[in-house]
Formats: sequence, structure tokens, C-alpha cells
Amino acid sequence: MGSSLVSSKEGDQASYYSNEGGVTQSRKRNSRIGMWLALASISMMFTGFTSAYILGRGTNNLWQPINPPNYLWINTLVLLASSLTVELGRRATKASELKYWITVTCLLGITFLAGQLWTWNLLVNQGIYLAGNPHSSFFYLLTGVHGLHLFGGILALLYLTVRSWLFSSTLTQENTVLSTTALYWHFMDGLWIYLLILLFFWR
Amino acid sequence: MSDSGNPEVHAEPTTFLRKWIFSVDHKIIGIQYYFLALIAVFIGLGLSVLMRLRLAWPNESWPLLEKIFPIGFDGGPMTPEFYLALMTMHGTIMVFFVLTTAPQGGFGNYFLPIQIGAHDMAFPVLNMLSFWVTFVSLGVMVAAFFVVGGAPISGWTAYAPLSALGEVAGPGLGAGQNLWIISIALFCLASLLGALNFITTVLNMRAKGMTLMKMPLTVWTWFTTAILALLSFPVLLAGGILLLLDRLGGTSFFIPGGLVVSDTIIEHSGGSPILWQHLFWFFGHPEVYIAILPGMGVASQLLSTFARKPIFGYRAMVVAIFAIGLLGFFVWGHHMFISGLSPLSALIFSVITLTIGVPSAIKTFNWLGTLWGGKIRFTTAMLYAIGFVSLFVSGGITGLFLGQTSIDVQLHDTYFPVAHFHMIMGVAALFGIFGGTYYWFPKMFGRMLNEWWGKFHFWITFIGVNAIFIPMHLMGIMGGLRRYAQSTEFKFLEPLQPYQEFVSIAAFITAAAQVIFLVNLFWSMFKGKKTSENPWESTTLEWTIPSPPPHDNFAGKIPVVHHGPYEYGVPGSPRDFVMQTDPPIDKNK
Repeated sequence: MGSSLVSSKEGDQASYYSNEGGVTQSRKRNSRIGMWLALASISMMFTGFTSAYILGRGTNNLWQPINPPNYLWINTLVLLASSLTVELGRRATKASELKYWITVTCLLGITFLAGQLWTWNLLVNQGIYLAGNPHSSFFYLLTGVHGLHLFGGILALLYLTVRSWLFSSTLTQENTVLSTTALYWHFMDGLWIYLLILLFFWR
Repeated sequence: MSDSGNPEVHAEPTTFLRKWIFSVDHKIIGIQYYFLALIAVFIGLGLSVLMRLRLAWPNESWPLLEKIFPIGFDGGPMTPEFYLALMTMHGTIMVFFVLTTAPQGGFGNYFLPIQIGAHDMAFPVLNMLSFWVTFVSLGVMVAAFFVVGGAPISGWTAYAPLSALGEVAGPGLGAGQNLWIISIALFCLASLLGALNFITTVLNMRAKGMTLMKMPLTVWTWFTTAILALLSFPVLLAGGILLLLDRLGGTSFFIPGGLVVSDTIIEHSGGSPILWQHLFWFFGHPEVYIAILPGMGVASQLLSTFARKPIFGYRAMVVAIFAIGLLGFFVWGHHMFISGLSPLSALIFSVITLTIGVPSAIKTFNWLGTLWGGKIRFTTAMLYAIGFVSLFVSGGITGLFLGQTSIDVQLHDTYFPVAHFHMIMGVAALFGIFGGTYYWFPKMFGRMLNEWWGKFHFWITFIGVNAIFIPMHLMGIMGGLRRYAQSTEFKFLEPLQPYQEFVSIAAFITAAAQVIFLVNLFWSMFKGKKTSENPWESTTLEWTIPSPPPHDNFAGKIPVVHHGPYEYGVPGSPRDFVMQTDPPIDKNK
């Protein structure tokens, strides 16, 4: 099980404890815990935004709910699909399979982001901007902050895509970046559904 | 039990840049944070000295200062706007860049991995990033002094709508306030990354035998503080983003309708200023526990070491730390009692606030219990630890007054809360930092701080801070109003002036005395008495390694822990202390 060095400090009691498997496992566990913690803090930020939303909706007499452009629903399907594909990539058993699914996920993610910008464009053409109407302010704010976080996820996916094409033998199922990115990506998907519900079913 | 087996140690850096500037070594990063806080504290101290000058002698002209700050001393005496700018920056810099940085970023970074037996933090590169983002954040904050209009005047709490309206509302509220918000946003990000690191490290990188209940209390406080930071800073970030959008994006999250400011009609409408208060204080209250908890950990560590006794009630201490942290999330409304909260919610906030007194009292009694019957060694570090307990009581007790709605209505926005939070943050938490410095300096630099000058510094500071802040409580009860650049406008506040002068003089003396600490610190770094591995005969893991520690902390070995962290005066052991790594004691011998 790798090397196991023994050296003692206080007589025979202390022993040095290290092995290759242990190191990789530990690093993977670190990344998983770290990502869950990051997701907790991102959740808290959106909790703050949610409480602002709830208070605004309750007290702001200028609140005028906007209608979601239809493209938003198509874009949602795109994001859901990308969650499916990232999971398929994470569970892939062959390098070629993994390469395929990660690339598709990356492309779907970029499509979603472009779609968000397109939706913004549709709203601007209707005369709905960031300022002026509190509900539209929240729409731009929440989709914008979500989009920014998603962009971070896309950067990770880009890295994985490039690696899977150039160094396909080193990217295996156990790869920490892969599973951590997948976790983050699923969270972004779930967050998006939550924001949709908040913005358009609870207004 | 953790999955022990640390990720392989990063190689020892060779270039100057990688070794001292962009280091991923938690020890270097800890020192960097400490020095950042040191710079910040002297900036903050300077600002407070200027503030005290104005409060004691509001109509006095200061020609020398007028030369340095022509806009702030336009025509002679300090302008009220300049006073407010000083006040805002003093509070912001002290709370964020000193109290949130030195105990957690400084000592926490340096000693958490060592005290749990790890080579480094879980994410060394992220750790380095955290520090440099904090550094940039301080730079952005200080830059606010140098833009047109100067630093913001809305207080460290940046209440809307004043902070949301822009230049029209006053000096410093244009570019200055924007820089403030950006700086705080950067600080939030850095804190979140740091919190991630601390929590993951404690959960996953403890050495063999280092169970959670064998961790030193310092580690427990750094761990809990990190959880508080992880969950509260994002809400501040959310508020900051909304504020920036109100200022730059034309939104009205916080700005109500119908405002006319400086003869200008404000076009925004529909927002809620109280929303800002909720968001800010939801962060703001856990923030003050972030400021005090590490100091409590240090106090426990020092009291146990220098009384040569185990900490009284270790388990209760751990539970109390969690209780304080948890309850701290549910009391933010006690900063808002006069903002029109419903009496029911005020009641709930009040009751929970008073409940925090229970774990706090448990900790205080346990500290006293640790001292009781101990063979006390009155080192400088110990004086600071005992001073911490004293000031924690002085400062904490007045929190119970303020936590009751009926009394708070009288005392809100007077000098009473100012005295309260200075006592508990500006002094008790500071004593935690001082105590930690005198205790850990030998380990960090391989040399001792001068004990005689240390004790002298302690006594002047201890007497000084009491002289400054005890009278301030009286000023508050007498009706002295906070955030006012002078008390002399109102006839009923005339009796306050002698107090203002007394407090200012005490402040000048105490501030000057801090130079002693500074000189001691730097002189001892180069010329202090060289020290051994364990000059204090302390039991925790950092005292098993050389002073200063080698690059990978444990010189190629990972410790195995057999004992709890405070095994002093153990029957059957040859010395009056048992190191955590000592072999198990055979009780049958």
C-alpha cells in the first residue's frame, strides 16, 4: 500500500503514517468538503437576496411583476440537459465517453449563458431594464449573479474539456476536479430552478 | 476520526518571491496577516486620536493639522464632515482589518495546522489568495481617503439611504463610498476562502489521535469562527451588491420615495432602508462574535498554561463556544430596537440576546475555575489573559443592559453602546491578540519578547483602556450622543465636556504607550533572547517543534497524539505537564 515510513520521536510510540492512497483520498475528501462549504456560502448569499426579494415584494408599492420571455423555458431545458450530461460524464467508464459528455456539457453551459444574455436582450427591447421596476431589478440581479457563478463553472468545464481531449489517459473517473465540478454544476442547476420559482411563481 | 495522511508537503521554496511574498506556507501567510493587521491598527489608532481631539476641543483650531488636511480643517477647527469620515474609516478598518484579521488570519493561519498536527492548510494556494485579496481590499479602503470628496461619512454600518444616494448626500459619499463597498466586497471574498480552508483543515487533516475532543480550545474557536464567517459574510456581500446597484444601476432596493436631499429631488422610489439594516446586521452580529471568539480560545490556552492546571470544564467550554456562535445568528435585531420592529420580534431578539449571557457566563466561571488553586506564573501573556477575562466581564455585562428593549430605547445611539463595544472588541479582543503575541512570539521568531517592557505595556494599557471607556458609559447614560462631532451644541450636554477631555487625554496616553509594544516587537525579532522549543512548558503540539518551525512543521514526522490539550498537574507524571504527544501514562505503575 505504498511506502510507509516509520520513525519515532518519543521512543516507539510515535509512528509516521503515510501512503499514496491515503494522500489522494485525503486530497479528494478535502475538495469535496471544500466544495460543500462553498455551496453553503453561496446559498447564504442567495438567502440574503431572497430576503430582500420577500421584503420588497411585501412593502414596495411599485412592484410590477414582469412576464418571463418564453425563451427562458427553453434555456432552462438546456441547463437541465447539461446537468444530465455532466453526470453521464462523471460516471463514464471509458475515456472517450467521458470526453464526449464533458464537451457536450461545456457547450450546453455556454449555450445557456448566451441564452441568458439573449433573454436580457429581449427584455431590453420591451423596455424593461435593471432600474425602474423592483421586480425587473431582481430579475436582472438574480440571473446576473447566477450567471456569474455559472461562468465560473464553465471555466472549470473548459479546463476539463481541454484535458480530456489532450490528456485523455490521465482523466479518469476518480479525478477530483471532475467530481467537484459536477457537484457545483448540479447546484447551479438547482439554484436556477429555485430562482425561476421565486421570480415567476411567487411574485 | 479524520482520514489522516496529509497531502504531500509542498516543496520548500527557494526564490525570494516564493518564500516571502507569494508564499503558500501557512506560517508565512499568518505572519503576513499579522503585519497587515498591525499596519491597519496604527492607521485606525491615528484616526481615533484625531477624533478624540475634536470631541474634547471642538472649536479649537489646529494649524499643523490644517496644513495636512486643508479640506478637513477648512478655516481652523475640524469640520463635522471630516469627523464623520474619520469615524467611518476608524470603525471599518478596526473591525475588519484588525479584529477579523489578526486573531483568525494571523494566529489561526499560523497555529491551526500545527496544533492539529498537519503540514499545512487544506488549500495552501487558496490561503495565499485569501491574504492577497485582503491586502488589495485594505489598499482599496485606504484609497477612499484620496479620491475627490474623501472617505465616506456613513459610518462602518453604511446605513441606507445615506450610503445609497451618492455625492448629493454629502462629501465622501461619491467615489469614497464606492471604494468602501468594493473594498468590503473583496474582504468578504477573502474571508470566505479563508473560512473554507479552516473548516476543511479541521475536519480532514488532524493527525492520528487528535480527536475533536483533544483539540486545543484555540482550534475550536478558529473552527467556529470560520463557520460564522462562512455563513454571515455572504449576506454582507449580498447587501453590498444591492447597495452598489442602488448607487450605480438606478435601482431602489434601499431608497424610499419622496426624498429631497440638498435641494435635489431623488428620483429613486419604493425601496426600504430597513432592508439594509436587516442584511447588514444579520452579518454584523456574527461578525462581532468572529472578533471575540478567537480571543476566548487564546485566553483558555494561556490561563491553563500559566496556572499549570487543566482548563476547567473543557467539554462545557466547547459547547459554550458553539452556543455563542449559534445564538449569535438569531440576535441581529437587537441593533434595530428603535427602527420600528414589532414589539413581538423585539421581545424574541431580546430574550435570545440575554440567553447568550449563559454560555458567556459559563466560560467566564470556567476561566475563574481554571485559575482557582493554580500555581500561577505571572508572565506578560498571563497578565493579558487575566486582563481579557476582566475586560470581557466589564464589556459583556453592559451588553445585558443593551439587550433589554426598554433600556435600549434610552441608550441607543448614545455613548453607552460605544463604550460597550469598545470594551469588548477594542479592548478585550485586543488583549486576546496581545496575549497571543506574547505567548506565540517565541515560537514564531525563536526569540523572547522582553518581559519587563511587556508588563509595563500591559499595565499602562489596562489602566488606560479602563480610564477611557468606563467614563464613556456614564457619558452615555447622561445622554451623550454618538456620531456627533461635538457635545457643545446642546445645553443639556454641557456637563459632558469635562468627561470628553478626560477621555481624550487618557486616550492620547494609552495610544502613545502602544509604541512600547511596537518597539518591543521589532527589537525582539532581531535582538530578543533566543529561546528553546518550549519556553512556557506548554502542552500543545506547537511546543514539540523547533522555534521557529521548519518548513513542513514537523521535520518529516507526523505526530501521534495520546493526550488531551491541557494536561497539567497530572498524577503519576514525572513533570507538572504532559505533552499531547507524550507516551500514554501507565496508571498502574
